[in-house]
Amino acid sequence: MSEMDTRPDEGTLLDVRNLKTHFATARGVVRAVDGVSFTLERGAALGIVGESGSGKTVLARSIMGLLPPRGVHREGEVFFAGTDLRRLDAKQMRRYWGKQMSMIFQDPMTSLNPLMTIGNQIAEPLRVHLGSDKAEARAVALRLLTDVGIPEPEKRLDQYPHELSGGMRQRAMIAIALACGPTLLFADEPTTALDVTVQAQILELIATQRRDRNMSVILVTHDLGVVAGHTDSIIVMYAGQIVESAPTRSLFRSMRHPYTEALMRSIPQLDQPSHTRLLAIGGRPPDLINPPEGCRFAPRCPYAEERCLQEAPTHQSDTPGHSFACWNPVGSPTWAARQHSTTGSAAT
Amino acid sequence: MAGTGTAHLHAEGEALLRVEDLVVEFPVGRTGLTVNAVSGISFDVLPGETLGLVGESGCGKSTTGKAIMQLPRPTSGSIVFEGQELRSLRGEGIRALRTNIQMIFQDPISSLNPRRKVRNIVMEPLNIWGVGTPEERGRRVDEILEAVGIDPERAASSRPFQFSGGQCQRISIARALVLDPKLIICDEPVSALDVSVQAQVLNLLEDLKARFGLTLVFIAHDLAVVKNISDRVAVMYLGKMCEVATSDDLYARPAHPYSRVLIDSIPVPDPDAPRSAVRIEGEVPSPVLPPSGCRFRTRCPYAQEQCAAEEPQLRDVGGGHFVACHFPLTLR
Repeated sequence: MSEMDTRPDEGTLLDVRNLKTHFATARGVVRAVDGVSFTLERGAALGIVGESGSGKTVLARSIMGLLPPRGVHREGEVFFAGTDLRRLDAKQMRRYWGKQMSMIFQDPMTSLNPLMTIGNQIAEPLRVHLGSDKAEARAVALRLLTDVGIPEPEKRLDQYPHELSGGMRQRAMIAIALACGPTLLFADEPTTALDVTVQAQILELIATQRRDRNMSVILVTHDLGVVAGHTDSIIVMYAGQIVESAPTRSLFRSMRHPYTEALMRSIPQLDQPSHTRLLAIGGRPPDLINPPEGCRFAPRCPYAEERCLQEAPTHQSDTPGHSFACWNPVGSPTWAARQHSTTGSAAT
Repeated sequence: MAGTGTAHLHAEGEALLRVEDLVVEFPVGRTGLTVNAVSGISFDVLPGETLGLVGESGCGKSTTGKAIMQLPRPTSGSIVFEGQELRSLRGEGIRALRTNIQMIFQDPISSLNPRRKVRNIVMEPLNIWGVGTPEERGRRVDEILEAVGIDPERAASSRPFQFSGGQCQRISIARALVLDPKLIICDEPVSALDVSVQAQVLNLLEDLKARFGLTLVFIAHDLAVVKNISDRVAVMYLGKMCEVATSDDLYARPAHPYSRVLIDSIPVPDPDAPRSAVRIEGEVPSPVLPPSGCRFRTRCPYAQEQCAAEEPQLRDVGGGHFVACHFPLTLR
């Protein structure tokens, strides 16, 4: 843990430039992540929002270098504390996993080893990465279980995953991820499998640990509600690309991309009376083997014009830090002219 | 074990479905212990109404839905559908019942036979019941497929894997509708779907309900979804009924501390929204050894001695809003 002291507390931790991750399949090349750029400051929390197939999980795994060894084409740059991770092989990456960056997954049951006690699973990264001895690792494991709020931590050390509830398993996963004091934590849908009261507890836990450790967090989720309260900035992904990127407050104050707007309008909200008609997005996301030529959202976009179908929009910005890739963003004259024709006539 | 009372039920004969003191228990291996999945709940559904059943995993909401269908048969209690006691039905009687009550499940893909053409899947119930001539069946299937937004021609030549999750849920809905049922039990029908697709399916259910005069029991864990589609909502916790109220009233002024916590825990898509004030610690106790008295008392911030000694009964706190709590929030 000594290098913790020499680390700068501020500045850019992660700088992703034009990252592409393509998979070769029998049907053709799937362009799962297709030119993504963003930066993340130390100690900050970033939300990556998108629906299934938007590329959000592949993006997280691609940054961490957790991809299958064959059939993957990856290009672009991933600077982590100044080092381009893309140049490192799996063996060199092992120095980063656990110690520098770690990940918690959606399903705590299948991500834990069913044949290993919770205590040994937390101790393993400590012994492998930090070279702790058995007694030391066990002591740290006990402290971590206490930190993540598991009741009766001493007893849990010697229990197996099946003896724990879903919420406790997710807490144990977080303890494993935090074990070596990472600077960056990926949380890939960490609460999707959990009940809503437990979800609130887990999100609060991740937030506390981030503050206490000055750790950066990337929260991958499909739920706009989850990112609203727990991130500093958000990127919205659609069909392998970023469509909008902004500080959290700025995004919720004025959504500029029609997809972000549509996503927000399609969620049932508690402050609406019951039987409020939802504005569904018609159609479904494009095939990433053959994505549409222009804007990838254009075939489903209520404001799309000829240009949108032919020419891919570039990112533009009119507020600092808030950018969006759209020819007719929310608030533009074309958008305003089409408002009356879209509101109320929800696509089915 | 006493239930949570029946004060909230409508007069007999008014409701399409009336469930009283429903108990469902499962044995735990050969240990002699039982899982108290549902412990004496009562509710009713009026014709044309959508009743939401909401609660976290293990609260018994899905078991309740299945018990109405007699899958499995409840341990005790009464389930009356259109004046008929379902628990007394046997064999053919149960099969006939299922033409009137249909069910839609959470995972649309695994609830469709992967080896059959979609049109045949939807046709199957008509074949089993020998409804009309083959031509009439074909017309009926095409009409229903179009009503749920699936192209009948594509359905005739494709199998479920060739459709997306949202489309498979539409196909499941078509199969449930084809026999013209009166009541549909929807068990988490949108929780496996992406938000944009979820909205499509919710809108579709509302349209179909109006068009075919359906009554729905909508089971889900997502409170915002339940509020959107339901007329009345019943909140369940560990096999018990906590609160029953109209949907808008329940969310505007929850009276049970558990309902309050549930509502407050929902992440709101607004960074400036106040974060929940009431928090609960810990997790749901085991249904094998549930707490005495009020089952929520072990996690309730307001619990007192009376809560352990005496089970609260559902009572009216005004305007058809019923709560099973000794110290309801609305009377503080």
